Amino acid sequence: MTGWAMALFRRDLRLSVRIGGSAIVGVLFFLAVVTVFPFGVGPDLNLLARIGPAILWIGALLATLLGLDRLFQADREDGTLDLMLMAGRPLELVVLIKCLAHWLSTGLPLVVAAPLFSVFLNLDPVAMAAVTATLLVGTPALTLIGAIGASLTVSLRRGGLLLAVLVVPLTVPILIFGVSSADAAIHDPVPFMTPFLILCALTLIAAVVGPIASAAALRFAAD
Amino acid sequence: MAFWDYANPTRFLKLVQVLLPWLVGLCVATFAIGLYMAFFTAPEDYQQGDTIRIMYIHVPSAWLCMMCYTVMSISSIGTLVWKHPLADVSAKSAAPIGAAFTFMALVTGSLWGKPMWGTYWEWDARMTSVLVLLIMYLGLMALWRTMDDPIKAGKAAAVLTLVGALNLPIIKFSVDWWNTLHQPASVVRLDGPTIHSSQLWPLLVMALAFTLLFFVLHLMAMRNEVLRRRVRALRMRAASVSRPATASASAQPAE
Repeated sequence: MTGWAMALFRRDLRLSVRIGGSAIVGVLFFLAVVTVFPFGVGPDLNLLARIGPAILWIGALLATLLGLDRLFQADREDGTLDLMLMAGRPLELVVLIKCLAHWLSTGLPLVVAAPLFSVFLNLDPVAMAAVTATLLVGTPALTLIGAIGASLTVSLRRGGLLLAVLVVPLTVPILIFGVSSADAAIHDPVPFMTPFLILCALTLIAAVVGPIASAAALRFAAD
Repeated sequence: MAFWDYANPTRFLKLVQVLLPWLVGLCVATFAIGLYMAFFTAPEDYQQGDTIRIMYIHVPSAWLCMMCYTVMSISSIGTLVWKHPLADVSAKSAAPIGAAFTFMALVTGSLWGKPMWGTYWEWDARMTSVLVLLIMYLGLMALWRTMDDPIKAGKAAAVLTLVGALNLPIIKFSVDWWNTLHQPASVVRLDGPTIHSSQLWPLLVMALAFTLLFFVLHLMAMRNEVLRRRVRALRMRAASVSRPATASASAQPAE
């Protein structure tokens, strides 16, 4: 990785870890969602084991959505984003690096917390491993697609809610394949690898489409 | 080149003025023929009875909610690539029409589903992906409303429209996958028996009528949007002209 990219990556990571503690808050929110679900559906352990992967995935999706507005907002407020736009570096790469740093500080903690939370949901070890693996592969796609929404709403004063509305329809495929590959590992209607590989493909598509669309939106928002 | 000639809104408005009465007349005539055929000449279905007539509204709306998104995607390319001044007007005014047709497809579908499937809502693959499409239309409309500057809003919405156009086939594919995974084909499917020509003709006429209706509404909405933007520009100019005048007027008594 070239020097400027590494510098940007370390700056973003340092900012998101040290300021605001967004990683911890995201995991706390994830815990809150997982805790609220049994109150809604009842404390039936068999039912929870059956819908456990779905609960974890929806919790991770919501936690990711809540953290997304910080992706570009803080940089825009203090003018850093304008400097990045004028720096003459490929903006797509800048977005990709920022997404990577953002995922490491907000997405990865969710993945790490998932095995612990799946104990509450009565998941057996195989299901636990499957959900964690799908979250590890799938949450980067959530961040990358969310980056499009974040850059579209960056100039709005209260874009958070709109961001969620814009991003959720686009994340439907990720949610479907994330949950269905976790389900496939538990009681196999299909082999685990089929949906899992499609999930990997979706993440790769998001890694291309997300930065390009997001960079285009940032350029249009600036001029 | 005709495409560029109509970049001039005045010339476009003139064309609309000439074209619109003809289109409206054609649309009304096609609707009259189509509705007559749908209600009187088309036979009852031997299984579904009179409820088959819902099809003549439902299928054309479903077809139009896809076509409308296609029109919006092409307009978005026009906005981003050629900066065609009417392209974002076209995309913006197509969104509510598309949302309306999508809503109509969902409502007529669920009204048809009640007597046929015994439930208003079935998480059928097609219905689910149309519902996702409706959310996308509404999100795009919300994005347009929240941004003040129509040019910036148009560009942002164009990016989102194109990302949506890329994603729609993926969403469709994944919803199909999800549906086959969760429920085996228990739902009565329309596409099983091939459709008889006595039902096909009214359907085609109705599809043509709906397409004409879309173009009429789209042209009207585009005309309104152009006029709305002119009013906005005039207001801003009036405000900027009157401000120095009031400033000097208020300055005078102070002297």
